[in-house]
Amino acid sequence: MSKSKRVSWFYFSSPQTFYGLAGRLQPWFSALAVIFCVVGLYIGFFIAPTDAQQGESYRIIFIHVPSAWMSMFIYLVMGFWCGVGLVFNTRLSSMWATALAPTGALFTFIALWTGALWGKPTWGTWWVWDARLTSELILLFLYIGFMALQAAIDDQRRADKAGAVLALVGVINVPIIYFSVKWWSTLHQGSSVSMKSAPTMAMTMFAGMIVMALGFWMYSIATALSRVRCVILERERHTEWVMAEIGERK
Amino acid sequence: MNWQSWSHFWAMGGYGLYVWGSYAVTLVVMIGEIVALLMRRRGVVESLTKYYAARGKNHEAKA
Amino acid sequence: MIRTLGWVIRRDLLLVFRRRGDVVNALVFFIIVVSLFPLGVGPEAAQLRNMAPGVLWVAALLACMLSLARLFAPDHQDGTLEQMLLAGEPLVILVMGKVISHWLVSGLPLVLMAPLLGLQFDLPGDALAVLCLSLLIGTPVLSLVGSVGAALTLGVRGSGALVALLVLPLYVPVLIFGAGSVGAVAAGLGAEPHLMLLGGFLALALVLAPWASAAALRIAME
Repeated sequence: MSKSKRVSWFYFSSPQTFYGLAGRLQPWFSALAVIFCVVGLYIGFFIAPTDAQQGESYRIIFIHVPSAWMSMFIYLVMGFWCGVGLVFNTRLSSMWATALAPTGALFTFIALWTGALWGKPTWGTWWVWDARLTSELILLFLYIGFMALQAAIDDQRRADKAGAVLALVGVINVPIIYFSVKWWSTLHQGSSVSMKSAPTMAMTMFAGMIVMALGFWMYSIATALSRVRCVILERERHTEWVMAEIGERK
Repeated sequence: MNWQSWSHFWAMGGYGLYVWGSYAVTLVVMIGEIVALLMRRRGVVESLTKYYAARGKNHEAKA
Repeated sequence: MIRTLGWVIRRDLLLVFRRRGDVVNALVFFIIVVSLFPLGVGPEAAQLRNMAPGVLWVAALLACMLSLARLFAPDHQDGTLEQMLLAGEPLVILVMGKVISHWLVSGLPLVLMAPLLGLQFDLPGDALAVLCLSLLIGTPVLSLVGSVGAALTLGVRGSGALVALLVLPLYVPVLIFGAGSVGAVAAGLGAEPHLMLLGGFLALALVLAPWASAAALRIAME
């Protein structure tokens, strides 16, 4: 007897099933994060040569650029899932967006911090109010505002939706950050990396940067998976499966 | 290998403070996030365990 | 629809005039804050002239933000907002009407007062004109974007500080180009690029903000 099997594409879109999946995936992403970061740092410190103009200070690039990329990427992903949750009224999408926010905020902070520490020896100043730095700082405030708004509203569904509106309103900031160095003549250097042509930096430096970016990406996914599990437990406390799950832990 | 010795590595051509200041803070932030997550998880499990226990007692009391 | 818009504006203005205090609140705050700066930094004319665009713009921004509290909250508290949502009229029109009346009370007076305050800072005539123009274009943007923040935080505890946190990052570009336009004129460059960008922000805000505020109001009221 053959039974036609219908794949349910939405099997993992319930908090209960996703909880299990997240728990199984998280160690793999953590491992990948460690591997990529170790390899990336090795390339960055032991293979990539000294920069002709900036000396050794340029090695901050292996954290600064990947973290800046992640800060923007995470916000876009967060905005996407906020939008999905708002339009389709799905709980898990909003939970995932909430889980992403702190990691995105931390990467934004890292990008700003490493940028300041790189700016001092290179430009002579810790900070300058040019378009890119200012809009990245605004991004940090947007993340914090998102988290603060969700924390302040007691009703969970309202908190999700209000946060979603805020996140979507702020999405416009991300292209501003990205294109700011093209639109304005800023102190921050223009992009050396583009989709259309070869990078204008040495291949080893580029490789180190890309590998570190992959490492940070895996790290973001791992922390978000971990956090969403906490969020799911907190929000679904009245369900049978959470009771069973917690009961097993005793 | 780029470095003639460990001291050269740590000095980073004079930029040691900036380079290691960046890497150190990044490491602290990432480790901090992981630790905070672990603590959050433990907190959730503990509070839910207490919550269910209290509710269980309530149900027993009512029964 | 225009009639609804007119009705909402008239109603809001009527309510505000019944409590004259609200009308002058934003204006008095603006005047006081602007007047504090010369006292704080000293009377040296060149320094004041440099600071003037930024100080006046920040004060206008803060005055607008403080007055956001009376945009939706009073109507929410006495139940009128709920009636507005139940009415058949498009919520976007109602929001637009409230934002317009908010600007008329909390934005326009600042624009009119700015030249006088600019004189306190020894700003030359052309800079004063550009300052007024930049505020004229920019303060409606502040009201529009602020309405989104006010709608999101409706009835939330601690909403005062929260609105500031949500809305100030979005105000920053307006501030940069508003104050920048005056700075450009003072430096002898043209203010057109800045003012054009401000105009662009206004166009964008006119289209997007009422819609976002309406969505936020529905979320807050459901």
